[in-house]
Amino acid sequence: MYAYDEFDRAFLAERVAEFRDQVGRRLSGALSEDEFKPLRLMNGVYLQLHAYMLRIAIPYGTLNAAQLRRMAHVARVYDRGYGHFTTRQNIQFNWIKLEELPEAMASLAEVGVHGIQTSGNCIRNVTTDQWAAATPEECDDPRIWAEILRQYSTLHPEFTYLPRKFKIAITAAGHDRAAIKVHDVGLRLHRNEAGELGFEVLVGGGLGRTPFVGKSIRPFLPARELLSYIEAIMRVYNQYGRRDNIYKARIKILVHEIGAEEFSKAVEAEWAAIRDGALHLTDEAIAEIRDRFIYPSFETLENEPAALTEALKDSRFATWHRNSVQAHKVPGYSIVTISLKPVGAPPGDATADQMEVVADLAERYGFSEIRVGHEQNLCLPHVAQKDLPALWAALEAAGLATPNVNLVNDIIACPGLDYCALANARAIPVAQEIAKRFADLDRARGVGRLHINISGCINACGHHHVGHIGILGVEKNGQEFYQITLGGRADEHAQLGTLLGPAVSYEQVPGLVEDVVDTYMELRAGPHELFIDTVARLGVEPFKERVYAAH
Amino acid sequence: MAAPQQQKLKVNGPVAVTANRLTDGAVVWRTKAGGWSVELVDAAIVTTADAALALLAEAGKRDLDAVGPYVAPVTVDDQGTIGPGNLRERIRVAGPTFELPH
Ligand code: HEM
Ligand code: SF4
Repeated sequence: MYAYDEFDRAFLAERVAEFRDQVGRRLSGALSEDEFKPLRLMNGVYLQLHAYMLRIAIPYGTLNAAQLRRMAHVARVYDRGYGHFTTRQNIQFNWIKLEELPEAMASLAEVGVHGIQTSGNCIRNVTTDQWAAATPEECDDPRIWAEILRQYSTLHPEFTYLPRKFKIAITAAGHDRAAIKVHDVGLRLHRNEAGELGFEVLVGGGLGRTPFVGKSIRPFLPARELLSYIEAIMRVYNQYGRRDNIYKARIKILVHEIGAEEFSKAVEAEWAAIRDGALHLTDEAIAEIRDRFIYPSFETLENEPAALTEALKDSRFATWHRNSVQAHKVPGYSIVTISLKPVGAPPGDATADQMEVVADLAERYGFSEIRVGHEQNLCLPHVAQKDLPALWAALEAAGLATPNVNLVNDIIACPGLDYCALANARAIPVAQEIAKRFADLDRARGVGRLHINISGCINACGHHHVGHIGILGVEKNGQEFYQITLGGRADEHAQLGTLLGPAVSYEQVPGLVEDVVDTYMELRAGPHELFIDTVARLGVEPFKERVYAAH
Repeated sequence: MAAPQQQKLKVNGPVAVTANRLTDGAVVWRTKAGGWSVELVDAAIVTTADAALALLAEAGKRDLDAVGPYVAPVTVDDQGTIGPGNLRERIRVAGPTFELPH
């Protein structure tokens, strides 16, 4: 965990007081809606279809038990008893009253949590691997660098009015769980042949109306040059990025229009002028940030203790263990993913009771740490293997042990037309219906790893372009229709999906997805060929023929 | 569905003016008496673009009670019962179409 300092706390308290005043002036009529709207957005407050929505940043997806418990409290007292974890490692409350927002925010601020920079044309919450500091795959804790970026970008005067919002993601592992290639800037932390730490820098990735996979503009940037290089990128973007057309304002359009090579040249030129300036990170500055991350004091333990071996004789526990537990870098410990995708429930939602259960379990078994992943699941990054059976039993009792992580019903879905004022079509009930078709988890396991991503409109909050099966809601003559793509992926081999065929109606989607899955089961080279690899090998044509013949 | 008030208004059926209540975001409907009600039955129903625009203009004069007013389709059946005119408005009136977590 990162220990926030007094500056952060005092600043947050001030921000809440300021917002309380703004809400008061709005309610009294001193501020018009036009004046108030940008102010509320700066604090993460949106107006959705039937209520205000509060978006809370969870910096690099790391929470402590006290923070999660406070979120449960806010959900229970100020909302309708639940919250929605999002693909940006944030949480959203859907039913908060404007009148009560300052109270809710004050309550969250006490534990260092806020909605600043979750909206607007600024640098947003920097996201990273939810297994940071736990996975044996990584070369460093990526959150150190996310925190350096957070401090640099928070309220940076030059970056408060960018041409458009700006999203940065970092991975420090070979397998990318942070989807860095579909962010404005993606950073891949690795060591070069000399063993030095540095970033591969990708720019111009993004989803939305005009999706792009990010392009590499620098294979190796020494880690301590991070800020000056990012500043150079931001300057080039600020100078050349389009402000005349909101649809062309993201950095991806600029990179696409001038080409990655030209863009890279412009950045390098800018960087040459500033790289030795104030943004050069000294060893001391890096060490200071590093020191503020408090790591668990791990015990000396053995892998596969007797208690675990014994528990694995229970097939239900063993199934969950195979699906939701991953190797840790410290012997005797594991990483546990908590599925927020019980079959038939809204993806990513957790009730206040469930949040409290997870907070308690994190305290008891997980050094008080909780992570949020972009797949809309939670994670306890450091659990002793001997505690896994007891943890499982407690999760199971709370409905939090569905062993479907990475399976066909571990679906990413945006709020869609059930909440969102921008939506064309619903996303959540589509996900629920598909999940139910695969309620038999033996069948889902037989299918294997398969990511379905659903968005209710072209903004792509549900990452549909990079779903192995992507589903996009569109509107045709006032009816909900859905475009299906196959073959997208968000990992280190990121690519955009290919359109399968004409859009289908709401009712047709679950059956069509089932047909796609059945077709895969017939066509795959064997049980070890994943869905995504079969699509890569055969293209979408064989799927198209089967599926549309059937409908 | 972009903010309908910014589009050229086409009215081919009964419509009402709707918005969100300032204090809590609740869905409200413009009434005949020139106020706002959370009940769709209280909505002033009009059937021409001119009447709808007049209702909208009136509703937009004061933004202290309700925000973001726009013209929304409604249905009126033989008995005169008013209902929401499309899925979006049905969801605004009745809430999400699935059981909320509890
Ligand atoms: C309900 C309120 C929301 C509104 C009004 C909203 C609005 C938008 C808009 C306008 C865009 C397109 C931006 C662009 O292309 O420049 C966008 C993109 C995005 N939003 Fe949302 N969104 C909402 C909820 C969410 C939720 C719940 C999530 C996470 C599940 C999310 C995550 C994202 C992501 C990942 C993108 C696309 C990636 C990219 O920026 O290229 N948003 N959102
Ligand atoms: S993708 Fe569209 S419908 Fe879904 S949350 Fe984003 S803006 Fe709303």
